[in-house]
Amino acid sequence: MAENVKPRVRVPRDATAGEVIIIKTLISHPMESGQRKDGDGNLIPRSIINRFTCEFNGETVIDITLEPAISTNPYFEFQATVPETGAFEFTWYDDDGDVYTDTKEITVS
Amino acid sequence: MKKMLLTGSAVGIALAMMTAPVFADEDADLLINGEIEITVRTDAPPHMENVDTIYSGWVFRSTETQALEMDDFENPGMIFVDDAIEAWETVEGTEGKSCADCHGDPDGMAGVRATYPKWNEDAEEVRTIAMQVNGCRTEQMGAEAWKYDGGDMLNMEALLASVSRGIPVNVAIDGPAQSMWEKGKEIYYTRFGQLDLSCANCHEDNYGNYIRADHLSQGQINAFPTYRLKNAQLNGVQSRFKGCIRDTRGETFAVGSEEFIALELYVASRGNGLSVEGPSVRN
Amino acid sequence: MNFTRRDTLFMAIGSAVAAALPLRAFAAVEDDIAAFTGGAAVGTEGITLIAPEIAENGNTVPIEVSAPGAVAIMVLAAGNPTPAVATFTFGPLAAAQSAATRIRLAGTQDVIAIAKMPDGSFVRASQEVKVTIGGCGG
Repeated sequence: MAENVKPRVRVPRDATAGEVIIIKTLISHPMESGQRKDGDGNLIPRSIINRFTCEFNGETVIDITLEPAISTNPYFEFQATVPETGAFEFTWYDDDGDVYTDTKEITVS
Repeated sequence: MKKMLLTGSAVGIALAMMTAPVFADEDADLLINGEIEITVRTDAPPHMENVDTIYSGWVFRSTETQALEMDDFENPGMIFVDDAIEAWETVEGTEGKSCADCHGDPDGMAGVRATYPKWNEDAEEVRTIAMQVNGCRTEQMGAEAWKYDGGDMLNMEALLASVSRGIPVNVAIDGPAQSMWEKGKEIYYTRFGQLDLSCANCHEDNYGNYIRADHLSQGQINAFPTYRLKNAQLNGVQSRFKGCIRDTRGETFAVGSEEFIALELYVASRGNGLSVEGPSVRN
Repeated sequence: MNFTRRDTLFMAIGSAVAAALPLRAFAAVEDDIAAFTGGAAVGTEGITLIAPEIAENGNTVPIEVSAPGAVAIMVLAAGNPTPAVATFTFGPLAAAQSAATRIRLAGTQDVIAIAKMPDGSFVRASQEVKVTIGGCGG
């Protein structure tokens, strides 16, 4: 089970309409691949974040499928452009059913 | 394969310097978050006899690894600083105190990391910063000591390092600390293990060269604790010493032992003048 | 240098496994590509994959993909036991069809990116990343 999972997001506080916004996200997570063995030779079960999404006011910016080849503490950087003031919703989906979310508001002038 | 290596001239193979492709920018400068200037190369302190210029290990890393340390958001080591900020404010122990109750904001600890290890007058011993943290926990808070180089301790060391970033390492080597410093120096130059290697053989005689595909650094510890890409977690100074001696196929000292405290003091003093840089990112 | 019978046996098994692995991984890569493209022809223009020529540690390798106008980009690591790495699907608010992340590579191998374009066509880029083996215990 993943413990101490904490999402971190960097989004500018304000932007102009149509401006390209760079978004960075990092979530602390072991991304256990399911291919490692413990000291007794038993396979450690897979436990990863398998999907990440970013939406703005309900519309999709990016939707990512993650496989075990994504490194520990998954990091993503991508670009968005938003037409109006609103909120970004970030969602990470864990193999164990947990869902982690973060929200960032942005003022568009 | 290991067997084959052993039967060959082990030291010869281990230290065979290959013409590896240059992929580190050794002339790069380190500016963190566009504002914290880090001294990654400077004149060696006067007590170093065989080296003129000292370099942070950052200089020897690839462009990609170097970049991970230039922005706190991209530095995975900062995750653990966040964890330590929570611990800093958490009341623990019989005295009902947190770190913050005595020390206030973590920023108030700026400069502290730069002077450790150092002589503690009351305890009459040289203390590493980990020992001092545990001193606070057991003597002031009435809390349990943290495991040396365990997760809680490394998180706290990362926090204490992070607020001192950019401040030059300035470890005292004279006065009551001198005998420990001498002891550390002796260990630094002593050959260990089946491979018969001292710290100096790799990190003084051969920094900048390649040991297989590894670009050898000066083995500076100004940037600890360090987030290693290899194990995706924070790594402590003395655990790194242990790894090095193990790699010489030697019997290592224990983390927290007097030998490693002495060695930490000595190696820290070799970095006098470089900036505190932790939590850093290394391979 | 003396090899015992045991060493030689293990070495023989080792090379048999080494010979078999790429084939199996290769088949998995082809399967993943076919599942993504539906067997359509794949071009090479209009997609960029940025990855280091040499990675200091295979555990955390920064990569960046970009394919202007793409609907989605799939990334594969051809030499990993399971080649799939990630699939990026872009929504209407993506300012660019590009993304950066950090991936695990089990050794020196090709990283492959395939983009699905809005007209149903596909483009592909690949780059070899050399993963170094450390001198100090790996």
